[in-house]
Amino acid sequence: MYWQPENERMDRKELEQLQLERLASTLNRVYLNVPFYRRKFDEAGFNPDDLRSLDDLRRLPFTVKSDLRQNYPYGLFAVPLREVVRVHASSGTTGMSTVVGYTKNDIKTWSNLVGRILVAGGITADDVIQISFNYGLFTGAFGLHYGAELVGASVIPMSSGNTKRQIQILQDFKTTALVGTPSYAMLIADTMIEMGINRNSLSLKWGLFGAEPWTDAMRRELQDKLKITATDNYGLSEVMGPGVAGECLERNGLHIAEDHFLVEVVDPNTLQPVAPGEIGELVITTLTKEAFPMIRYRTRDLTRLMAEPCPCGRTMRRMARVMGRTDDMLIIRGVNVFPSQIEAVLFDIEGTEPHYQIVIDRKGALDEATVLVEVSEQIFFDQMKKQTELKETIRKRIASELGISAEIKLVEKKSLERFEGKAKRVIDNRKL
Amino acid sequence: MLKIRNLDVGYGSLNVLRHVSLHVNPGEIVTIIGANGAGKTTLLRTISGLMRARDGQVRFQDEDISSEPAERIVFRGCSLVPEGRQVFATMPVRENLLLGAYVQYRRGRHEQVRQDLEYIYRIFPVLKQREHQFAGTLSGGEQQMLAIGRALMSRPSLIMLDEPSMGLAPLIVKDIFAIIGRLRDQGKTVLLVEQNARSALRIANRGYVLETGRIILEGAAEDLLANREIQRAYLGKDLDAENR
Repeated sequence: MYWQPENERMDRKELEQLQLERLASTLNRVYLNVPFYRRKFDEAGFNPDDLRSLDDLRRLPFTVKSDLRQNYPYGLFAVPLREVVRVHASSGTTGMSTVVGYTKNDIKTWSNLVGRILVAGGITADDVIQISFNYGLFTGAFGLHYGAELVGASVIPMSSGNTKRQIQILQDFKTTALVGTPSYAMLIADTMIEMGINRNSLSLKWGLFGAEPWTDAMRRELQDKLKITATDNYGLSEVMGPGVAGECLERNGLHIAEDHFLVEVVDPNTLQPVAPGEIGELVITTLTKEAFPMIRYRTRDLTRLMAEPCPCGRTMRRMARVMGRTDDMLIIRGVNVFPSQIEAVLFDIEGTEPHYQIVIDRKGALDEATVLVEVSEQIFFDQMKKQTELKETIRKRIASELGISAEIKLVEKKSLERFEGKAKRVIDNRKL
Repeated sequence: MLKIRNLDVGYGSLNVLRHVSLHVNPGEIVTIIGANGAGKTTLLRTISGLMRARDGQVRFQDEDISSEPAERIVFRGCSLVPEGRQVFATMPVRENLLLGAYVQYRRGRHEQVRQDLEYIYRIFPVLKQREHQFAGTLSGGEQQMLAIGRALMSRPSLIMLDEPSMGLAPLIVKDIFAIIGRLRDQGKTVLLVEQNARSALRIANRGYVLETGRIILEGAAEDLLANREIQRAYLGKDLDAENR
């Protein structure tokens, strides 16, 4: 089943022509309307008139996350704000989060691309979809929501949290498809088992999971426990949100919406293209975005492209499941966290030393973060009450600025291992 | 049907088109909208072989026609209805139409030409009425129909129209666009260049926006109609007035 069969099964030669046309018009527009890109193109000695083939894209500079931060909030928008009908921001919400915008047409395109991954993952107009992503600035929930409505499914805008109520609604509303992070789906599954709920009392058939890395072992476990067919999907707010790529029922790689995104895979050190099929960092250029075009965005996600045809009939190439990151970003319960953000919080709080370590474990299906913080002698040997207060202050600040709840442990000064050169701030015990 | 890649066209030191890429699929109406001087007519003249590109490629039905003479391109089935109609004013309507059938005559298809003439008279009954009148005595709308009829006489698979609504009264414009819509229904493929962006986008499947020789936007016609930049620049909508 396809949502946009003519596009999803497009002849590769026609696709290449369309990509070239769209790339040319995107480059012309950003050069005209976004001073940031004009400056960067000029510095690189590139004029959009020089574009002759898709390979010429390699002559363009990359765009990185800090470019978005430096242009906070609206500096990279290519249309005036009054043409923007929606604004989202990346998860990992600090004052310097990255802000993205959508025109009416962008929302329509987005909904259709989500429609594609939903239909590819088994969804039809007859399905009842429970969206267990957090509704808010994060693109996950709204992206899936609009796509699901467009496909004609019945949408339950559940949001995340309150697991017992999630389960009650799964039962009572006869939900047939669960949408959310794989780790949250696992928590729902485990809670159901704990509560002794008979899986057969549910109507659940499909699971569409994304927003964090997961494994085939986890897929098998989810499919087993929930008796569903689970597919993976990929997206990031900087280029659109969910819908950039998604698995079909073959469940062997995620089809990229190549008529809307041009993808490259580069060596993260040399920034040169890797050999076809090799692992590298995914770089994305948007081809149809009006409000927030992105040129050569370094996603920091490691993957490889699969050019061989897929039995499902889609001609769009696939990317392998994301295998890791090229930077120090952590994804904790679907929220993007940079260790530097934790550092910034600690720096602001009196009595703490700028030495810390983040330990992440997976307890059951959920990530648990513990932050070890060195504190000055006075506090460490001070009475219990002060320590408790300090822990509470750090915990609250991290929760409000990063959007994650972490356990805080105070440790004696100089008790954390010191490193020559690059510090190892993160101990990730999750097996992914 | 038509595939254009990186077309650069200019006059002397002036670049009119800069790496224009576009395509037209069979059975589609594709429109190119843009202001005066954006390069729309130059584009159609280049496809037709009346002008030569400095760089880039025009492929028609999977063959490179970039360096072919204009008459050869008509033979292949790609006809132009030129800007300002360009009918032969001192020749009767019927002869104007028969001139359009030149390629069919060369192929010795006399009987077919006769049938095609009847077909043109069926879709444009007014041309039948004026059959023996000099084309120069026709009204603007009738001349436009004649120009379209003349192009159809070569049995093109792709028909390109350059500003067919120019200088016509609003009611006549409506007729002309209805005719263009019917051409698609009859299996023709249409490339339409228009300043009247609203009417063009309403009948088109897809569109490209040409600005100072560069394509700055492409998409489904309905999406272009919904784009506020286009509304402001080409559809004459005063968005500020809307907000007041």
